[in-house]
Amino acid sequence: MSDYTCLPPEKAFQRTPLYDFHRSLGARIVPFAGYEMPIQYATGVLKEHLHTRNAAGLFDVSHMGQFTLRAKSGDVTQAALALERLVPVDLAGLTSGRQRYALLTNERGGICDDLMVAHRGDHLLLVVNAARKVADEAHLRAHLSDVCEIERLDCALIALQGPKAEAALARLTPACTDMRFMDVRALKILDADCVVMRSGYTGEDGFEISLPPDRAADIATALLKDPDVAPIGLGARDSLRLEAGLCLYGSDLDETTTPVEASLAWAIQAARRGNGQREGGFPGAEIILQQLATGAPRCRVGFLPDGRAPIRAGAAIFTDANASNPVGTVTSGGFGPSLDRPVAMGYLPVALATPGTAAFAEVRNKRLPMTVTTLPFITPKFKRGPSRISS
Amino acid sequence: MKFTDEHEWLTLDGEVATVGITEYAASQLGDLVFIELPAIGTKLQKGAAAAVVESVKTASDVYAPLSGEVVETNDAITKDPALVNSDPLGKGWFYKIRLENVSAFDGFMNEDAYKKLIG
Repeated sequence: MSDYTCLPPEKAFQRTPLYDFHRSLGARIVPFAGYEMPIQYATGVLKEHLHTRNAAGLFDVSHMGQFTLRAKSGDVTQAALALERLVPVDLAGLTSGRQRYALLTNERGGICDDLMVAHRGDHLLLVVNAARKVADEAHLRAHLSDVCEIERLDCALIALQGPKAEAALARLTPACTDMRFMDVRALKILDADCVVMRSGYTGEDGFEISLPPDRAADIATALLKDPDVAPIGLGARDSLRLEAGLCLYGSDLDETTTPVEASLAWAIQAARRGNGQREGGFPGAEIILQQLATGAPRCRVGFLPDGRAPIRAGAAIFTDANASNPVGTVTSGGFGPSLDRPVAMGYLPVALATPGTAAFAEVRNKRLPMTVTTLPFITPKFKRGPSRISS
Repeated sequence: MKFTDEHEWLTLDGEVATVGITEYAASQLGDLVFIELPAIGTKLQKGAAAAVVESVKTASDVYAPLSGEVVETNDAITKDPALVNSDPLGKGWFYKIRLENVSAFDGFMNEDAYKKLIG
């Protein structure tokens, strides 16, 4: 019997401020993006996943990169406009206390990373993928240092996700209940200065909290005192985001995938599109604007396998059981505990990507039938606000 | 009952061995969501991939501990993979194999030796 994921952690790996906390909770630790991270706790991926959907899950995501971007002029709008040179997103239109999903693009229109950009009043806060943070920092410094000061933050990052997340966090910081989806606020938690964002990577309501590294264990421990809150590892984090139809950088997105192909055109606001106030002006604008106008050759879609066998990343996709040439590839796939069935996503030529279309994925030399479907697989449960959504 | 260092167990009845995975293996894999067993009649070579077990996150092969022909499989675990987690040494058995060389069975570890292996 082999178990491909349980490689022994090596000494060269970094640890987050919550490493001892994870060990004390019986976590199974694995190397991930240069860190020793909890893949699961004693209860296991399946039950952790369901607990997050039914109550609240606490995740350590301190391996992710956090940066502040400040305009040398002191005018945060200058920082937003500078960052717009690297992302096809309307950041000048982002208001104080709000955040937006963004994409760093390259000259070919491909995606270098996906990230969150928060407007913190006098500066921007960026949260980027762990595996990309070194490259992202170099990229930001190379292109924005004329206008901005870029600082890498040494903060921890935790996520609290699920229908009971608000009640659990409100016990420690009652003002969090005023926040709506994608709001960002500075709040005190156990007297520590934290930045609380109402967002996440699970499809559930919840929060992501940037906090001082030396207070991370206290605050995580205090959150766990709520019986509705359980610690959740990276295994369930991945199955939760897959059901929510959210992209994993390096699997679903990479430097050869454009935002339009990735079905992320919604992240490009009108101000940056053709005939917008600030049309283009980001790497790869020519190809991305053209794809927004006339479509891309391929797109990211969901797949529901007909059978019970999970179809995982890397599986080739065929139009029928005997076709010799693949037409696409599965980029994420596994078992969806909330749906009690396998789920997958991947890329297909647009002509073959209509929901309801039959396709086949090759798994262990067998062609398994599946059906193209829309994403996400679950209905998101964000706490959207009637008044504070910015355009 | 005998144990392999690949975390399988075997029992012998005549020349037919029943094969499953150990409690340790089941707990390391986590909650199983899919199991693929060999077809009856399959001639397995020792060390060949005989079955596939999948958890939410990973797929793992289960290797044939000895050469022989598959004569029976446990459909109950393909319908309800959780049986392997709840009763790995009992209702969670995988398949029965008619051994080419019955004497090879004695070469595997007994329970005490296996317990030492997994610490």
